[in-house]
Amino acid sequence: MNAAAPARREPLAGYVPAAVGLLSAIAVFCVLEGLIRAGVISEYIMPPPSHVLAAFGRVITEEHIVRRFFLTIGECLTTGVMITVFGVAGGVLLHRYKLLQQAVETWVAALAAAPVVLAYPLFMVIFGRNAWTIIMIGFVAALPPVILKTVEGLAGTRKVLVNVGRSFNLSPSQQFWKIMLPAALPTIFTGVRLGLIFALINVVGVEFLINYGGLGQLINDLAERYDLPGTYAAICFVILVSVVFFMSLEKAERWLRPVN
Amino acid sequence: MDNPILVADKLGVRFETAEGPVTAVDDVSFSVRQGEFLSIIGPSGCGKSTVFNVIGGLLGQHEGTVKVAGERIDGPHKSIGMVFQEESTFPWRNVTDNVAFPLELTGMAKQKRIERARHFIKMVGLDGFEKRFPGELSGGMRQRVSLARTLASEPKILLMDEPFAALDEQTRLLLGDKVLQIQQQLKQTTLLITHNITEAVQMSDRILVMTYRPGRVKRIVEIDLPRPRTSDIVGSEAFGRYVAQIWSDLREEASRGMKDEEAHMLHEAQP
Repeated sequence: MNAAAPARREPLAGYVPAAVGLLSAIAVFCVLEGLIRAGVISEYIMPPPSHVLAAFGRVITEEHIVRRFFLTIGECLTTGVMITVFGVAGGVLLHRYKLLQQAVETWVAALAAAPVVLAYPLFMVIFGRNAWTIIMIGFVAALPPVILKTVEGLAGTRKVLVNVGRSFNLSPSQQFWKIMLPAALPTIFTGVRLGLIFALINVVGVEFLINYGGLGQLINDLAERYDLPGTYAAICFVILVSVVFFMSLEKAERWLRPVN
Repeated sequence: MDNPILVADKLGVRFETAEGPVTAVDDVSFSVRQGEFLSIIGPSGCGKSTVFNVIGGLLGQHEGTVKVAGERIDGPHKSIGMVFQEESTFPWRNVTDNVAFPLELTGMAKQKRIERARHFIKMVGLDGFEKRFPGELSGGMRQRVSLARTLASEPKILLMDEPFAALDEQTRLLLGDKVLQIQQQLKQTTLLITHNITEAVQMSDRILVMTYRPGRVKRIVEIDLPRPRTSDIVGSEAFGRYVAQIWSDLREEASRGMKDEEAHMLHEAQP
């Protein structure tokens, strides 16, 4: 009667997708290099990837990239923690109080589409020209997907799992912590992922706009100096911030929900 | 019946629908002895699962009373363990943690609850799969995890709602053997909701046959087959007689159900 369990994957098989992804990126860079050198794409619009690669050393040594990188990553991390804490709490409240959900869900969804970044002068008046302006704009812009996905995840908990909890006579608090929240976690993580994308775009965008430290300001500086290879190299560091966040998030999800 | 462990008295359930009130269950009374295996059988839509939900305390609004060992119950009760028709394991917990779930709720120490959980995992024949997650198991194995989890709460009455409905016939028969073996080992009072006559006859001491809507008790059939039983019994002559007898009771109800469903579909299709 014991059905055979699926065979465990070879440890090396786990690296194949990453290797394919890396090779695909290298292939894209090679194609771009060829197109730029052949004059199909103007070198004044996009520098060849080899020039961008060569600019890395200069950007790292001359532009205080490590300090800027950690400033941007710190702002994103603070925003990420805030959207997770307040977004999940907001989603739980909306799920718990249906009237509140009916009253504000549309507004929250509308906020997700609002160009909050354009309100940066208002935030500067409230918080001053410092990291909190950047964090708060990122927070407001990135909060809606976390709230909406938390509501969706909790509402989508399979009824039979709720009934299992009821059959074991769980208190409402146990029902939430032991069944509803773990069941909703994959959807909540989708919301946090979306939120982090919004947060990163807004954090770097506002750094760029208000010229306050971080990678955004560096991109602004380099672009104004018309240092295109340096600008693209700095953009690569923004992508690195994104990679660090998404890898950490994936690890956190695996830790909280080992198998989906 | 002397000192029954479970008594359902005049159960009735009415639902409000768009087409008006519907009586799903009406005047259903029965009792179950300690250690007995009772099956409730009936055509689709006869209210079997509604009875399951009433006894399990999941349906608040109903008529009549449910008593366990003389105590009236009006909601989920620790004496009643439920195994559901749908897949109900927790996908975020491995087999051991799924089975240990009710023990965790009692505050039992981790090491002790793991040991207890392993005992029940072995009982359902899943030893070796303790660290696997439900997503890595077959449908039959997942249902066994659900069964082990419910057994781990050591209920006085095990309530099962078509737990093998989604499984193929061979797995269903083999799992039936496993349930019978466990039931006989633990002398577990069991109430099985099913629409499968073979399954009901294979396992039960008595079978309660329900009518099609409203669900009422049509007949209670005593199954006088020797125990311990296995799925081998399905080939016996006596087994065949019981199946034929219950089918003759059910046939009329199932036909009514089918006609009612067809009339409903025709009514819905009208412009």
